[in-house]
Amino acid sequence: MKPGSNRAFWVGFGVVLSLLVIAPMVLPPFWGRFATEILIWGLLAMSSDILIGYTGMVSFGHSAFFGLGMYGAAAALLTVKPPNLWLAVLYGLVGAGAVAIFVAYFSTRLRDIYFSITTLVFSQIFYVIIFTWTDVTGGENGLTFRQPGLGLPGLGSVAFTPALLHWFVLAVVTLSYLLLRRVTQSPFGMVLQSIRENEPRTRAIGYAVERYKIVAVMLSGLFAGLAGVLYALQNKFAAPDFVFFIVSGEVVIFNVMGGVGTLVGPVAGAAFFLLLREGLSRYFEYYLIPVGIIFTLMVIFLPQGFLGFLRRRLNQ
Amino acid sequence: MSVAIEQILVQTVNGLVNGMILALVASGLTLIFGIMDVVNFAHGDLVMLGGFVGATTMAATGNFWLALLVAAVVIAVFGAALQISTLRPLLGRDPLTTILATFGVSLVLQKYALWQWGPSARNLQEPITGRFDLFYLQYPWYRVATAVLAGAMIGALWLFLKRGTYGIWIRATTQDRIMAAAMGIPVPWVHTAVFAIGAAMAAASGVLFGPLGGVTQTMGADFTLRAFIVVVVGGMGNLGGSILASIFISLLEAYASLFVSPAQAVIVSFVALILTLLFRPTGLFVPTPK
Amino acid sequence: MLSLTDVHTYYGKSHILHGVSLEVGPGEVVGLLGRNGVGKSTTLKSVMGLARPANGRVTFEGRDITGLAPHHLARIGIAWVPEDRRIFRLLTVLENLRTGLDRTGVDDARRDALLEKVYRTFPVLRERRHQAGGTLSGGEQQMLAIARAMVLEPRIILLDEPTEGLMPRMVSQIRDIVDVLHREGVAILLVEQNVPLTLAVSNRIYIMEKGVVRHQAPAAALRADPTVIHQYLGV
Repeated sequence: MKPGSNRAFWVGFGVVLSLLVIAPMVLPPFWGRFATEILIWGLLAMSSDILIGYTGMVSFGHSAFFGLGMYGAAAALLTVKPPNLWLAVLYGLVGAGAVAIFVAYFSTRLRDIYFSITTLVFSQIFYVIIFTWTDVTGGENGLTFRQPGLGLPGLGSVAFTPALLHWFVLAVVTLSYLLLRRVTQSPFGMVLQSIRENEPRTRAIGYAVERYKIVAVMLSGLFAGLAGVLYALQNKFAAPDFVFFIVSGEVVIFNVMGGVGTLVGPVAGAAFFLLLREGLSRYFEYYLIPVGIIFTLMVIFLPQGFLGFLRRRLNQ
Repeated sequence: MSVAIEQILVQTVNGLVNGMILALVASGLTLIFGIMDVVNFAHGDLVMLGGFVGATTMAATGNFWLALLVAAVVIAVFGAALQISTLRPLLGRDPLTTILATFGVSLVLQKYALWQWGPSARNLQEPITGRFDLFYLQYPWYRVATAVLAGAMIGALWLFLKRGTYGIWIRATTQDRIMAAAMGIPVPWVHTAVFAIGAAMAAASGVLFGPLGGVTQTMGADFTLRAFIVVVVGGMGNLGGSILASIFISLLEAYASLFVSPAQAVIVSFVALILTLLFRPTGLFVPTPK
Repeated sequence: MLSLTDVHTYYGKSHILHGVSLEVGPGEVVGLLGRNGVGKSTTLKSVMGLARPANGRVTFEGRDITGLAPHHLARIGIAWVPEDRRIFRLLTVLENLRTGLDRTGVDDARRDALLEKVYRTFPVLRERRHQAGGTLSGGEQQMLAIARAMVLEPRIILLDEPTEGLMPRMVSQIRDIVDVLHREGVAILLVEQNVPLTLAVSNRIYIMEKGVVRHQAPAAALRADPTVIHQYLGV
């Protein structure tokens, strides 16, 4: 990347970050919460981008990772007293990680459509299990629990205010972004992109493609699970709706509209979509019809998404 | 929990009936995939739309058979328009793109149906009432009729493909679209026609299913998922395979629902898919794995 | 009748044809010789609309057909016999022929006549007419591929390496077929590695190297003095 554009990027990043930091202080409560939610979905979209944008594997299973992160956190918060934030994070990551192992295994055996269909089927398997195992998961109604405090070992714990939660989420998402960015720009990330461009050739050059795919899936799954934990924290409930594959579909929409393979693009896509939903649904209940049409047209004519389109324009 | 032999036999009949409807849907899907490498995520929604169009026609005319015909024709035309506008530009692009595009279409169709027909289920009246004694049950004649009709439609498709010029065009294009074009076969139009045929069959399934389960906006996703599973298990692009797989999977689910709830019985088909992908990825009913 | 003018064709990023120009007159048999990989098949595919020329023009009987979609070409009189034959393996021999026979504007009488003619030229196809194309031997598949082109009643046939992988007996049969077609007035653009065959049947010959035409001469001249051929083909 050219040094000039690099600096421009960090300046932009800093601006956006500052805006997000002051958000809970200047926005009315509803929009403050909304900003937090955008961050969470943005994290989910970023995690999905690792697979779709960088490795070229379209996963419709992110709802499973997200859902298990959510339910894992719920498990910690309901079974261990007093409710502990970090335990919730741990349980959530373990839950998502367990699913990721399955998906990772299949990702090495299946390509393209077969992989996508299988991930979709996985979402549905978990949906059915969660929906029907009412004793453990609360079935249709899900689980509710109390929010833990932000606790640091030895320092005691402080209850979350909406603002504090927002900053916590912002910190987690920002750190995740920086970490994922490092990963995608590292040699590892380059190999992933090479797999997306031309898998047989990457294999022929000598890379153990299977291992790279497994790591990519684990990475993607863990961050998606983290998003699920954050969602559980913010909303204090876990519900099977989030495991239904439609959620995965929406995540894919964020990715495509924002621009796959850019990390920031999907976050922007999530923001755009959620704002659109909020704005349009007051006027036109079936706002998803024009959104869906735009999405389809973008897939056909603007496969790089908004960000990619802008990027190409700016480069000219 | 012990299971009486009669229950097994009844479930066999149920499995066959459901299997035939699913086969009608899956045949269209596998035909479309075989000829143009398109995984039509919106296929189940064509079933749903067909059901709604049929319900509306029936409400207006009171005639089930007319509703069946109208639904098939309307959705066939719609399918053709859809293929020309969204799928033709994508020919030759990677399969990821067609999955995403048809996913987008699926979303639009579902919400459109919600808008036009509302969230509650539409019911269609059985055209054939009356029941007969099947062991301990009063079994509806209509269910049997559904299986027979679906079978007849699939049979008609088979005949169409095996004989006649257009059948040859379709089979040639499926095997080698470049050589087919070089022989003067209008490949883009063959693609459109096949998509329309698949859409018509899906719509017919929707109408046939109407009296059995009602037509709802969300049934599309359910049919799409099951049709996918069946097409993979049967061998993608393999018409005979997907028919056998439809019956196989439906029978498995029917038997499973003797032991668990129907919502859970569906896991059986998921497991079948995963086992197929692990051990016989070209399909369970394909004679020799390539 | 058919002419390529300065055609440049790419496969992805590879620049295969660097400005190919050649012509085939009505009823002529024109040979296209060259080593492996110089772009002979790509030249035929550029005519067939299977590889879109980035630059240059292809005209047929005065009409610009550059980049025309392949399914139009059979109707205007161009038939293609590809180098891997591309028989429809799951269709019977008869069904393979029908992909060309079942055209608009051909009544039953003419269809039967065309079919008879093909069966007379290739008796083995009549024998095997209900057998699946994939069960035929290599030589039989080549005959089917040529027969399939013939039933299109073309003005020109693009023949891509018809003798590849065939036994000598079949090679001479191919030679006879080319003669028959020539006598009927069908033009042929013959891409071949088999130099003696090409010299024997062609009126004119082009020699390609690295994506361009390097030399052209009447076949008679090359028959008399084949040094140029040795020079380019190392044969």
